[in-house]
Amino acid sequence: MREKSERLFYNVDWLLIVIFLLLVIMGWFNIYSAVYDEQKSDIFNFSRLESKQLIFVIVSIVLAFSILVIDASFFTATAFFFYAGIILLNLIVAFAGTDIRGSRSWFKMGGFSLQPAEFAKWATALALAKFLSGLNRPTVKNSLPIALAIIAVPVFIIILLQRETGVALVFSALVMVLYREGLVAGWILLIGLISVLAMVVGIKYHEVIWIIAGIAAAIAIIRILLLRKKTFLQILFSFIAVVYLSGIMFVSAKVIEKMPEHQTGRIKVWLGLEVDRATEDRFGYNTKQSLIAIGSGGFAGKGYLDGTQTKFRFVPEQETDFIFCTVGEEWGFIGSTIVVLLYTMLIVRLILRSERQRSDFTRIYGYAVASIFLFHLLVNVGMTIGILPVIGIPLPFFSYGGSSLISFTILLFIFVKLDSQRLLILR
Amino acid sequence: MTPQDRKYIVIAFVVLAALLYTARLFYVQVVEDKYKLSASNQAFYYRTDYPPRGAIYDRNGKLLVSNQVAYDLMVVPREMDGCDTIGLCKILNLTMDEFKSRLVRLSGGLEEAERDYRSHIFETQMLPELNARLQEKMYKFNGFYVQSRTIRTYDFPVAAHLLGYVGEVNQALVDTTPYYKSGDYIGKSGIERGYEEFLRGTKGVQILMRDVHNNIKGSYMDGKYDTAAIKGKDLVCTLDAELQLYGEQLMQNKIGGICAIEPQTGEILALITSPTYDPNLFVGRDFSKNYAQLLKDTIGRPLFNRALMSSYPPGSTFKLMNALVGLQEGVLTPATRYPCAGGFPPLGGKPKCHAHPSPTDLYGSIATSCNSYYSYVFKSILDNRKYDSHRDAYAAWREYVNSFGVGVNIGTDLPFEKKGNVPSIEYYDKVFGKNRWYPITLAGAGLGIGQAELGVTPVQMCNIICCIANRGYYHTPHCIKEIEGDSTFVQKWSVKHYTKVTKTSAYDDVIEGMFRVMTGGTGRSVQIPGIEMCGKTGTAQNPHGDDHSVFVLFAPKNDPKIAIAVLVENAGFGATYAAPIASLMTELYLTGKVERKDMETRMLETDLIHKNAGAKQNLKPQHQ
Repeated sequence: MREKSERLFYNVDWLLIVIFLLLVIMGWFNIYSAVYDEQKSDIFNFSRLESKQLIFVIVSIVLAFSILVIDASFFTATAFFFYAGIILLNLIVAFAGTDIRGSRSWFKMGGFSLQPAEFAKWATALALAKFLSGLNRPTVKNSLPIALAIIAVPVFIIILLQRETGVALVFSALVMVLYREGLVAGWILLIGLISVLAMVVGIKYHEVIWIIAGIAAAIAIIRILLLRKKTFLQILFSFIAVVYLSGIMFVSAKVIEKMPEHQTGRIKVWLGLEVDRATEDRFGYNTKQSLIAIGSGGFAGKGYLDGTQTKFRFVPEQETDFIFCTVGEEWGFIGSTIVVLLYTMLIVRLILRSERQRSDFTRIYGYAVASIFLFHLLVNVGMTIGILPVIGIPLPFFSYGGSSLISFTILLFIFVKLDSQRLLILR
Repeated sequence: MTPQDRKYIVIAFVVLAALLYTARLFYVQVVEDKYKLSASNQAFYYRTDYPPRGAIYDRNGKLLVSNQVAYDLMVVPREMDGCDTIGLCKILNLTMDEFKSRLVRLSGGLEEAERDYRSHIFETQMLPELNARLQEKMYKFNGFYVQSRTIRTYDFPVAAHLLGYVGEVNQALVDTTPYYKSGDYIGKSGIERGYEEFLRGTKGVQILMRDVHNNIKGSYMDGKYDTAAIKGKDLVCTLDAELQLYGEQLMQNKIGGICAIEPQTGEILALITSPTYDPNLFVGRDFSKNYAQLLKDTIGRPLFNRALMSSYPPGSTFKLMNALVGLQEGVLTPATRYPCAGGFPPLGGKPKCHAHPSPTDLYGSIATSCNSYYSYVFKSILDNRKYDSHRDAYAAWREYVNSFGVGVNIGTDLPFEKKGNVPSIEYYDKVFGKNRWYPITLAGAGLGIGQAELGVTPVQMCNIICCIANRGYYHTPHCIKEIEGDSTFVQKWSVKHYTKVTKTSAYDDVIEGMFRVMTGGTGRSVQIPGIEMCGKTGTAQNPHGDDHSVFVLFAPKNDPKIAIAVLVENAGFGATYAAPIASLMTELYLTGKVERKDMETRMLETDLIHKNAGAKQNLKPQHQ
């Protein structure tokens, strides 16, 4: 039994590994195409992105196997240490890192650079799992403040000190974990969702908020009048709801103007609000070009290496945040759907495997992994196809960059390892 | 709901989101077309390959119009960042303001220019020398590139009006005709315009891919969808370039028009308008400048194609027409004699006539060009009892005249031909009042002798002579006889248009009269020794000044090879200038050389334009 469990692939979930390998391999070929240049292509020229990415891919796969060698209890034992270490690293980079366009989240070493914020994702996931799994069931519900604090610390460091709002937003995905573990009620999420909608409506229809608020109030009054039994509580509830939603609309319409220019611009362009030409050019250009690239792919795509919009650099940041454009353009609807499907399978598989765990730690960690992948998928792809505003986060395994590729590999393979030892109860 | 059950909600959320995204992808990629269009607009650059225009040869194979390479300087305004505009202005000899105003004109504004990614012609038709200077520094001129084009060149610069010129197509045509794109060239006048669709060839398209910086990144699909340019068709025109040149030389310093036609075919041998210009002036960058310069000459009006478009009173040459109609209608026989008393007796000597033996018969009337005689003839045509009224008789006469191609569009292959004027019945009703005009009225007005409101272009004048020479028919006058690769084209001109004067004897009689003009009449001084010629002088009164000198002839009498009509404006008697010019050209055409050097020198040296100007200048002191 012991001998068996020490074998590298003992009891691993092969489906997850296969999806991982597919995504990584497709991702690399896709980057090769995104930066493809007939005259200069040479994968052994290490100043070129596709060659660098090839190194990252190899490093990631080696790292994945290394993780499988480590005993699962190592991660439970060291979860907080990792968390503390990565937080420290993030603090250091915030003060000692290289300044890139106003944000300070990168260590530069020679030709390579490292973004500790990426590593904060799995470190936070581990810490959250460790904390929540260490509690007795009845006390779980009261542990929300600490759980939120575990999530909030890296978020604040990344937003306030490193000024990388996009990366920090990923941590909001962990709310899904809290929901699953019963720390957050469904109705709170529902209120959150409604609040976000109210924000969007407030910003989009900022000129007629009074009318919208009036209509909401009228609906509330009519509803109350139609009630057979008018209780004070119900009246109070309706009143609060109208005031709350109106308040959100007013506040968000005001706040949007106070936000940093690039965020205001992106959101306004996304909502189709009237903006001046310069703003449109600056913040609408990416989405427009991205839609043109993906849209021009058609049903079956233009063929590998035959994309024009991405290859000829009409799409900015096409090898990183907008890498999905290359998929859409060259592989068309079929290719894009396959990629979305693979991610969906990965996420659903992670959830299903998590649910089968005896160990709370593994389950919580698995949910954290699933939620992080889901967030990246929805936000990244959503931004390239115009569903969401531009938020600069990578598409896992596809976007160019060593930090994110290695970080996602670690994130996933810690779960694969934990899952392979699901017969043990880990704390 | 227990926390364990929440997994269903989570999974449902994931699956729903995935479906939503797939639906959105389906819409963007499969349903919506606008992105595909934008992509091809952005990433594809359709480079036009301009074919060389067809060449034009004269009837003897002399190359008249061919091509030379020129260069258009193109600009993509959006790409101009960092362009050395000062250096460019220096080479193009522009000021900064001119440079900016050109950009504004091309893009619609300086701000628009910054976003304008279309290609425009910035400087057109630069010659190789300028291009070479530009190329040295081209790397500094961001946003600019040079496109080579072919433009016209004329090694034997004659017949500017007939050949026409080529220019940039106007916007109205770009908007209405799919073939033409802004910046294309098109034939603007003459043969270049009339035969545009043959001469232009077919443009080719190369589909290239370009990146976001507008750099060309190679051919799309290795050129699978490219099309090659097809050269325009060569044309052989009917002109005899030597004859044309000679006529232009004879007409120098004179204003007027000449048309020479081969009667048996309708081929235009020479079509001269004077003053003329060097067709090379309309090629290259200086086109506008030269065009404006020529436009300034409001007296000579060198841009006006007189031979084709100017309607002149035909004067006495039109007596031939009336003789033919009279003979055909039977109101006139060769023996008919009419008196002349220095004018038309019934109206007290109007129209006036000159001194000559009287009365004359038909032959004598042509030879001496008797005005009285033809006023009688015209009156007799309208008095013809065959018709119910003189109105009907006039209508019949008008139809006769029309059947010779006068007063109607004759249908040449040149654009802008004019149809001249033969007054209508309605016109005379308006002038004199309905039923208030009679045969004698019109005879008095001068219709019998080619005056009144009659208007005939030199081409039409010549066509009448062709009808006479052919004894009853003409081929539509034309100037293109062959189109490369189109063997059926020649048949287009083989149709014989018969006139309504069908009696061969009528033609024989008129020809005999014309023969006598040359042997003992008004044209005897220009008779070419050894060639039987038939001619007719004309002295056309006109409201613009001195009489126009007109002469028509065909030769040889029994096998006509050339018919020619010459009109020299404000030059006096037909015999003085028009006749020698017609005769000299005929001599050159028929014999290949000119023996009568005295006459030739006299014609070459005659300066009627500056004579008139000088006369006016001399007038002033006399008034003082």
